[in-house]
Amino acid sequence: MAKKSEVNEREEVVIRFSGDSGDGMQLTGTLFSDTAALFGNDLSTFPDYPAEIRAPQGTVGGVSGFQVHLGHSEINTPGDYSDVLVAMNPAAIKANAKWIKPGGTVIYDEGNFTEKNIEKAGYIKDPIKEEKLEDYNIIAAPISSMVKEALNGFGLDQKSVQRTKNMFALGMVYWLFDRKLKYTEDYFEKKFRNKPGMAEANKVALRAGYYYAETIEALKPVYKILPAEIAKGTYRNISGNTATAWGFIAAAEKAGLELFIGSYPITPATGILEELAARKDLGVKSFQAEDEIAGICTSLGASFAGDLAITSTSGPGLALKSEAIGLAVMAELPIVIVNVQRGGPSTGLPTKTEQADLMQALYGRNGECPVVVIASSTPSDCFHYAFEAAKITLEHMTPVLLLSDSYLANGTEPWKIPQMKDLPKITPPFADKNDIPFLPYKRDDEKLARSWAVPGTPGMEHRIGGLEKTVKGTVSYVPENHEHMVKLRAEKVERVANGIPDLEVHGAPSGDILVVGWGGSYGYLITAVRELQAEGHKVSLVNFNYINPLPKNVKDVFRQFKKIVVCELNLGQFADYLRIKHQEFTYEQVNKVQGVPFTIKEIKDKCIKMLEGN
Amino acid sequence: MVLTKYAPKDFKSDQEVRWCPGCGDHAVLSSVQKALAELGIIKEKFAFISGIGCSSRFPYYMNTYGFHSIHGRASAIASGVKTANPDLSVWQITGDGDALAIGGNHFIHAIRRNIDINLILFNNEIYGLTKGQYSPTSSKGLVTKTSPFGTVEEPFSVGELVIGAKGKFFARTIDTNVSLSTQIYIEAAQHKGTSVIEVLQNCVIFNDGIHDTVADKEVRDDRTLILKHGQPMLFGKENNQGLILDGLKLKVVRLGENGISEKNILIHDALEPNPGIQYMLANMKYPEYPVALGVIRSVLGQTYDKAVEEQITEIKETAKIKCMDDLLMSGSTWKVQ
Repeated sequence: MAKKSEVNEREEVVIRFSGDSGDGMQLTGTLFSDTAALFGNDLSTFPDYPAEIRAPQGTVGGVSGFQVHLGHSEINTPGDYSDVLVAMNPAAIKANAKWIKPGGTVIYDEGNFTEKNIEKAGYIKDPIKEEKLEDYNIIAAPISSMVKEALNGFGLDQKSVQRTKNMFALGMVYWLFDRKLKYTEDYFEKKFRNKPGMAEANKVALRAGYYYAETIEALKPVYKILPAEIAKGTYRNISGNTATAWGFIAAAEKAGLELFIGSYPITPATGILEELAARKDLGVKSFQAEDEIAGICTSLGASFAGDLAITSTSGPGLALKSEAIGLAVMAELPIVIVNVQRGGPSTGLPTKTEQADLMQALYGRNGECPVVVIASSTPSDCFHYAFEAAKITLEHMTPVLLLSDSYLANGTEPWKIPQMKDLPKITPPFADKNDIPFLPYKRDDEKLARSWAVPGTPGMEHRIGGLEKTVKGTVSYVPENHEHMVKLRAEKVERVANGIPDLEVHGAPSGDILVVGWGGSYGYLITAVRELQAEGHKVSLVNFNYINPLPKNVKDVFRQFKKIVVCELNLGQFADYLRIKHQEFTYEQVNKVQGVPFTIKEIKDKCIKMLEGN
Repeated sequence: MVLTKYAPKDFKSDQEVRWCPGCGDHAVLSSVQKALAELGIIKEKFAFISGIGCSSRFPYYMNTYGFHSIHGRASAIASGVKTANPDLSVWQITGDGDALAIGGNHFIHAIRRNIDINLILFNNEIYGLTKGQYSPTSSKGLVTKTSPFGTVEEPFSVGELVIGAKGKFFARTIDTNVSLSTQIYIEAAQHKGTSVIEVLQNCVIFNDGIHDTVADKEVRDDRTLILKHGQPMLFGKENNQGLILDGLKLKVVRLGENGISEKNILIHDALEPNPGIQYMLANMKYPEYPVALGVIRSVLGQTYDKAVEEQITEIKETAKIKCMDDLLMSGSTWKVQ
């Protein structure tokens, strides 16, 4: 029995579970991260799966992965390179070889490294040798045959037996990280409540893996990640899509309104619709529409009728919704459009991440058609920004476009659960009887928001629509009236800036480089910037959540730095936007469009190069 | 709902009606205002939703809640309004281009879901607002600005499409027949589910007289059949023509000829779920047949908006999660001390 003498206390560690899309890697990763979270580690996860539901078995295209980054200190990204790779087949080695840390651990299922599978993955004979991984900590575990033996006598068919391979692998990883099996065992009991045989089989496979790892000498060192020092409170794991959905339910409750979502399934945004469809217990009305256009139009109808109305989509769907967003701008109805960005253009890379819909969000409509644009920056703060988007749309009577991305949507992290009593009130400008006779486009002086008179309210019958109107709601083609109304709608959006927080500088308020990011690149940028700061560089970070309008202190922040470097997963859309809005500064760019996030190293290398150029 | 007595003028807005003089829309507006006054629904509960096209200006002329939206999307917007608040009486005003071309998808899906809206489709077989191009209901061969040598495509029949989309209520009327139209609008409003009313409407500028062969006052009694549930399918100035089933087809017969008497004539059953006969009635064309008017099909079924409400009520009754705080604390959580 291997002694745990070589306990390796680490600040952080990255583990990647990888296998065929049918191997259950997403579940394995999720169970592992839940156990780590319960232990008190900070963590961040990222599932990475192919667009095909069941891509050809054993091929690189069919590899599904789940990466977990856990630590004793604050964790902001799922990590670049993995310390431990669990590979259920040769294709998983092929897909991940260049992402293993030098000298890292690779656990693989020996039984699945058949001649045929090796060939399918594009190797000749020995994947480990061909990838030059011989010096790594390689553990060839006969997982397939071990589960067969362990479950001998359970009366299960071959297929069911082989389905527990992922649990054997998980058991090995639990031993490696010195984790308890209880949470996972409880999960089996619950999941297989009506199939006690399956619950037991999974438990046996899990324990078999755990003991196997304990038995073999090869498995070392044991990683010990102490709990992170995190603020007191009650926590849960949450993904970006669930957090977004929940932010809206919270906002509806605070506003005293019914929540309506009209939407059409599209990767990677579907999780929002699915979560809200399941929330009938909280009275959410979900409408799975016939297409993207009907998604937003049913929502707009619900908004007209007095609901907090939202619609969710991804880039191609946002394109289809453009005309209806214009109608919402013109009718001045509250609605939140969530765009979970993916790789584009066209169908692009449906399951991969990108930040290339920014210009579409800002400008992708006919006419002078400004909307408020907000972007979430971590899986858990999707809750906060969904809530904010709802609050702004309801209180300012103007559509809000909320940007998320595939990386945030599917990623998870521990989240300190808020209490509803601590969230701000939401007060929509409902018309009251002082507003009779009701003028649909009469505005309040402060926000320029029009009053909201909902069908069913006596004495306030009125007509709105896509044609230009006067204050009274009469259709008007008078040239001066049109210009006046265009400017009022733009000014209304500008005035949202009066209620949003100042841009926060992470690091010193002045220095050599200000790294600028927006939305989902926060995790990578903050990690890179903190490392640069620890190495003594005068580098700070701002990450924008409010894109239109921009916070008021941008100029004051920017002018304190010698260089401004805008980092984003596109060819420079936010940099160009800043060039329009704040022309007085020069913007350097770091860009990437590979469907994957930045690595910390990429950001650091670019910054260091720029610093050396000084 | 509280019963309130209104006059048609209570539903007139202060806006000047801007349709062309002689346009069939004026008569539709007046029929709808008459029908609304009869319904006993309080005024603020009405919402009129339209898309784009001449007819879609309709909401501006109604003193009710109204939303003039974008081309083709009124069915989706009306669906959202009704689902959000099933207590409203929701009306969609649309045309043959708006509903059947650009909005075809929303049209069939609203019908399939059986959302309780009343959909008045003004069918003038032409695009009026864009000044005279052919529409999905234009007869094959029609010469228009975009078909200078005649169209080469088959038109949709509205009734056929409605029944094909699992429609449960379909009626047809003529714009200028105000009394028939008013009666149909009242029945449509009272029907629970998507009620589609096709109005044979005349565009006086770009397709003038397109329905005259059946709609003209001089000939319409002989060329149209006004269907009434439970009544024999008789028509004609003398009320002496009728329909019988000849094999698997409808056939026009005259009372007193070949031994035909009233007892041989088919009785209209609008409530019959099997749409076979109703489908044939909806598709009757002059000169082989009279054109069917009145309520052709009126079948009860569950409405989408009620089903959504019922499901929510049912789930709420036994749900453990009662408020957002419950949801936030549900599932796996842990405490950091």
